[in-house]
Amino acid sequence: MIRPSIKGQRLVALFLLGLLLFNYPLLDLFGGPGRLFGIPVLYVYVFSVWALMIVLMAIVVEKRDD
Amino acid sequence: MLTAPVIVLASFAYVGLLFAIASYGDRRADQGRSIIANPYIYALSLAVYCTSWTFYGSVGRAATSGIGFLPIYLGPTLMAALWWYVMLKIIRISKRNRITSIADFIASRYGKSQMLGGLVTIIAVVGIVPYIALQLKAISNTFSIVLRYPDVVMPAKHGAPLFLGDNTFYIAMLLAAFTILFGTRHLDATERHEGLVAAVAFESLVKLLAFIAVGLFVTFWMYDGFGDIFSRAAEAVDTSAMLMLGGGTGDYASWGSLTLLSMAAIMFLPRQFQVTVVENVDERHLNKAIWLFPLYLLAINLFVLPISFGGLLHFPGAAVDADTFVLTLPISEGNAWLALFAFIGGLSAATGMVIVETIALSTMVCNDLLMPVLLRMKALRLTERRDLSGLLLGIRRGAIVLILVMGYLYFYLAGEAYALVSIGLISFAAVAQFAPAIIGGIFWKGGTRNAAMSGLAAGFMVWAYTLLLPSFAKSGWLPITFLSEGVLGVELLRPQQLFGLQGLDDITHCLFWSMLANIGCYIGVSLLGRPSADEHRQATLFVDVLRHPSAAAHGSRFWRGSASVEDLQRLLGRFIGPERARDAFAAFARSRGADSPAALGADAALVHYAESLLAGAIGNASARVMVASVVEEEPLGLDEVMNIIDEASQVLAYSRQLELKSRELETATEELRSANQRLQELDRLKDDFISTVTHELRTPLTSIRAFSEILNDNPRLDDAQRNKFLAIIIKESERLTRLINQVLDLAKIESGNAEWHTSEIDLREVIEDSIAEVSQLLKDQGIHLETRLPLELPAILADRDRLLQVMLNLLSNAAKFCDRPGGRITVGLARQRHYLRVDVTDNGAGIGEADQEIIFEKFRQAGDTLTQKPRGSGLGLAISRQIINHFGGRLWVKSRRGEGSTFSFTVPIQHGGPVWGPTADWVAGTAVGPRAP
Repeated sequence: MIRPSIKGQRLVALFLLGLLLFNYPLLDLFGGPGRLFGIPVLYVYVFSVWALMIVLMAIVVEKRDD
Repeated sequence: MLTAPVIVLASFAYVGLLFAIASYGDRRADQGRSIIANPYIYALSLAVYCTSWTFYGSVGRAATSGIGFLPIYLGPTLMAALWWYVMLKIIRISKRNRITSIADFIASRYGKSQMLGGLVTIIAVVGIVPYIALQLKAISNTFSIVLRYPDVVMPAKHGAPLFLGDNTFYIAMLLAAFTILFGTRHLDATERHEGLVAAVAFESLVKLLAFIAVGLFVTFWMYDGFGDIFSRAAEAVDTSAMLMLGGGTGDYASWGSLTLLSMAAIMFLPRQFQVTVVENVDERHLNKAIWLFPLYLLAINLFVLPISFGGLLHFPGAAVDADTFVLTLPISEGNAWLALFAFIGGLSAATGMVIVETIALSTMVCNDLLMPVLLRMKALRLTERRDLSGLLLGIRRGAIVLILVMGYLYFYLAGEAYALVSIGLISFAAVAQFAPAIIGGIFWKGGTRNAAMSGLAAGFMVWAYTLLLPSFAKSGWLPITFLSEGVLGVELLRPQQLFGLQGLDDITHCLFWSMLANIGCYIGVSLLGRPSADEHRQATLFVDVLRHPSAAAHGSRFWRGSASVEDLQRLLGRFIGPERARDAFAAFARSRGADSPAALGADAALVHYAESLLAGAIGNASARVMVASVVEEEPLGLDEVMNIIDEASQVLAYSRQLELKSRELETATEELRSANQRLQELDRLKDDFISTVTHELRTPLTSIRAFSEILNDNPRLDDAQRNKFLAIIIKESERLTRLINQVLDLAKIESGNAEWHTSEIDLREVIEDSIAEVSQLLKDQGIHLETRLPLELPAILADRDRLLQVMLNLLSNAAKFCDRPGGRITVGLARQRHYLRVDVTDNGAGIGEADQEIIFEKFRQAGDTLTQKPRGSGLGLAISRQIINHFGGRLWVKSRRGEGSTFSFTVPIQHGGPVWGPTADWVAGTAVGPRAP
């Protein structure tokens, strides 16, 4: 049985972090015409943040409760 | 090589494979060796979220708005982080209450309301119809495109006649047939379809692989990696705007509203609810899905922009619909196998969605919309039919066909005017209307049925007005002036600039107004009204589901009623089949430790069990009605409520009494303890007394014996010495006698056996006698004695000798302790109101405050008896006090260190002359007189 615990709180924090990273004004900051290896910065930014979120969620969920 | 027969054959082969997987899954489930009971299959089945909208539509969307297609996938990613709290709760509530659909969930939360269930079903069906149309459009378009291989030809605008002349209709009917075969082969009490979930998970895998295959092909075969595509696209097409969100606030508003919409959709789309909640095997699977599902979304979106830009580069001038790039790019490159794989991937995406969605919707239509109505129609006599499971299946199959026909009609009427994603978003906005009622319902007990009803209705109407009707208008099925001039020419009512609100895209616009109406009504009506008892009970079950792990499991609820086991079993049998009903009841009886259900009796638990079984088949609200038809449930009347209150207050009163009693007991215990302490103290005193007496007796005895031995051993002792020793022996003997007399005396007085010769006496005379007796002693010691004795005094009733004894004791004490030389003793006698008072004052060292009571105890003297030589037996004052007490007076001392002491006693005055009579003391005194031999 899953119990609401510190894990739940960490996940909520991640949710809030995601809300911040995927929104104005941070998106605007990366919305410029710059490129990284020929790939638009915004594209790189969104997908790396997305991947980072997933990794963090996986770490939080899979970490054994201490 | 891609001829029509090959394509059709491949499609049917693929669907056949799905059937094989599904039936294998069902078989394994029957054997109890589930193949879907692991988190990976669970996460893959959640990916039914990705439909042909994702497979084809995202690329189309990206071609016009660049990165703007992403919020639809970022929202679910964010939401997954909240699943730990939200989804877990929904799953647990649903398992505990045997919830079978989202309509069932909402109806159940708000007091098992059939009206509410019906409303949710209507909203869901109407709202989802465009979404199904989207899938039909995608399949039908891609089918006609792939048929033209190796040419890239866009399908003609719709000119085909309705229904039979139209390929899309046949596709819709084929899908309906699949769905019926998949989902309604039999009726399950829990509405779980293991085989279906396995097939859906497989489809998710296929569409992901197909999309990634096309993505890799475009990015690395047709072009030279990501960088190459982006830079070439930047030169050829104006992509700068697509890769920047920038611009006005509208972009960000739309980004935000799409994120919100998709967050609601991932939870409340009927098919998502079906796979996430209803088909969930073990709530622990949710754990891994929290990150696996977003990972899937990331993977399937990675190549959207490259494919989209590749398509824009490859087909300049908008000759090819961007929604078809996933298929048309492989075709134009002549890669037949990849094109076929892409087509199968798209087919996977569409069929997966249609099958799960229509099964979920048909369950809702049957359980929450049609059955309640049919069961209420007395004319149909449904409640008397023996077996209704056939009817239930029939209704569900009919509903599936109906929903697909509606989807087809929407596609036919409005589908052409919109891109895939735009159609889908209309559905998302409809589904979002469930969010306030559900989220509010599981976290806030105050939400009421009327509030959920009005919120849903208001939101739904605003949605229809601002999004659904305009979609008809844009397709020409409503006058276009409806959009530009509003209803009846009232400009404020223009559906997409409602009340003059401008600057938002149509989805954001609709979301704002509908949520304003929905949440406003939900909160407002909740706060204005009060929930009924039923609603309150359900609200507690839902909101506190994580807090009370077992409360609901035992069906703890107020239930008073009567039913028979046979009735319940027959009722259940009608819906799920007689044999399964019998098995279920037998299993229940075994779990409760009874031989048969009949032995158990139809108690609240059995009724609850039957109701929950039935709820799995026909929904909570209908199950309630059906069970009520065989159970004579007595509503809690006013009398019963009063009884309950009475009982409660009685219990309260009893507990107060108990409290009182226990406090009394405590006091009594305390008293007993102190009495015991006192007894122990007395016992100790008695021991002390005996040992002291023995000690006091031994001193004179020792000296008597010593001197007697001297006399005995020395017969020639001279006379002077002999006389001296004899005198000592006599003196010590007298002391011994006196001591023994005193002890006996005290014992007699204390036990009440003393002899008292009470007579009328003159106290003055007694005092003068006593002074005369001690006068020689005082003279020897040079002590001056003074008396203050009044002449006239009333007589008192007392024992003269005893009083004399007291006076002598006081005087000899005073003589013993007064100063030398210059000792002075004063004896005073005074008359008080009811007493005569005698004071004997000396000018000695006085007695300390601490010793003033001690001196009246037996064998106790003031000062340290260890260092000072004891003077007297230590019994005199104790006896004196006993005597005075006996006459009804008081004896006390007043003294300060260094200022002498005054011993005073009082004796009551005998009013009205001498009284002779048999007083208790006198009787007591005579009682010990000479006895007859």
